[in-house]
Amino acid sequence: MPKLNRRQLHDQAIRRRSLVISSASLFAVCAGLVLLVPMAPGWTAVKNSFFNWDVLVKTFPKLLSAFVVDLKIFLWSAPLIFVLSLAIALARNTRRPALFPLRLFGALYTDVLRGVPVILLVYLIGFGIPGLGLPRPYNSPYIWGTVALVLGYSAYVAEVFRAGIESVHASQSAAARSLGLSESATMRYVVLPQAIRRQIPALMNFVIALLKDVALLSFIGPIEILRQANVYKSLMANFTPYVGAAIIFLCVTIPVTRYADYLLARQRRERSV
Amino acid sequence: MKSVNPWGAVSLLSAVLMLGPVSAFGACADGNTLHDGRLTIATGNPAYAPWVMDDDPASGNGFEAAVAYAVADAMGFDAGAVDWVRTSFDEAIQPGEKNFDFNLQQYSINADREKVVDFSAPYYTTAVAVVVKEGSEAQNVEPTGSALRKLRFGAAAGTTSQTFLSSVVMPEQDLLLYDDNANVIAAISANQIDALVFDLPSALFATAVQIDGGKIVGQFPVEASIEPDNFGLLMAEGSALKACVDEAITALKESGKLAEIESQWLGDGAGVPLIDLEK
Repeated sequence: MPKLNRRQLHDQAIRRRSLVISSASLFAVCAGLVLLVPMAPGWTAVKNSFFNWDVLVKTFPKLLSAFVVDLKIFLWSAPLIFVLSLAIALARNTRRPALFPLRLFGALYTDVLRGVPVILLVYLIGFGIPGLGLPRPYNSPYIWGTVALVLGYSAYVAEVFRAGIESVHASQSAAARSLGLSESATMRYVVLPQAIRRQIPALMNFVIALLKDVALLSFIGPIEILRQANVYKSLMANFTPYVGAAIIFLCVTIPVTRYADYLLARQRRERSV
Repeated sequence: MKSVNPWGAVSLLSAVLMLGPVSAFGACADGNTLHDGRLTIATGNPAYAPWVMDDDPASGNGFEAAVAYAVADAMGFDAGAVDWVRTSFDEAIQPGEKNFDFNLQQYSINADREKVVDFSAPYYTTAVAVVVKEGSEAQNVEPTGSALRKLRFGAAAGTTSQTFLSSVVMPEQDLLLYDDNANVIAAISANQIDALVFDLPSALFATAVQIDGGKIVGQFPVEASIEPDNFGLLMAEGSALKACVDEAITALKESGKLAEIESQWLGDGAGVPLIDLEK
């Protein structure tokens, strides 16, 4: 073993010390949770209501199949949100005086739809528009629930795109224009690729949020995972199905969150080089 | 040894003086209620007609409001000693202290729920009824199992009507489920569903008042259910009050008072045809 100089010995001592402290504190917290929580007077009741193994086993398969409904809604909503929000961002970014109405529309759209809770959009659009007397299948809650999600989320995501577009330095488009690219070609080949790549971590956050908010569609009819858990909760007078639903959500959202973090870290490294 | 309890004395006295034999249970609720000498009753928020009229349980109008006061009276609490609180279904079943002595909002008694809370003896038994809208394609549907199975159904989530539908009727199309009856009615009005299932009194009320052109197709025979749909008063698990409440309900049944309240507020489903599930 090579002989360490005084500085290295000192660093090693500090590292050891912090390792000991962090393990001791982790152990203390875990021991505290494991020992103290069950000592609470209501623990048996809470355990029965929320962490009931029998109920979990009985309800989990159907919760899992109901989650497929959530995934489907997510998979067709996400591309629609991407396209619509990009269009809104571009509308807000126009510079020509003649296109002022478009700019105004973009601003109004983001202001209004960002200001209304998504759950209210789901209710108002999901029950309101079919109430106008649309024939089936055009009054399906899946269609109008999706419309509500897409409208609400595009307002947010459009702002992410707009911020991305504005973060691309003006010299980039000036250079592209001086090379003879048209305005739209500059946007398409020079600005947008950089803008979108820069905003991918922020977009991932919306992917995670959308994954969870899909459950809001349960309020207007579809039996997705939240509704299925809600039915079991009522019939069994037990909240464990909600815990089961939370576990299923986490199995999907944690990997996505980790991936978003990884992308963020990579971007930071690239920028600091 | 007898501890001095002025409320006990009052209720005992009132039992002897005014209310006759029914109120002899007065003493049994003593010290077992949330607040001494007062009975705290919970109902839904909002509470729906015909169970509670105009969302005002303190008026005593509506079937459940009237039952609540009758039970209170039989337990030795006069109307002035009754306090109302509101809870959702979830609040009623969550672990921990309850903020009510008993809770009534059409809770169906079932074995799974029985593990977590206590139910009184049933105060009402209902059938499940199917409602369609006039002018829709489903308006002339035959009251038979095979005809109904072709319809698109909606129901309030977690209700006995919903379980009945999915486990006994088994429609061919996916069910749509909603938070409460009001949302199911919105869905049938928007033509998103062909038919809905409610308990019979709610169906009678919905077709009379809430749905434009609503029409009851029929009711399912009670024998078809897996367990009869009995409504019970919900109490905390192991509630000391259960014995008194049960006694009160039994007394109300025997005296004919319960039947009287029922016919006053719920009418009867005598004219509603039975659905033939075999056909």
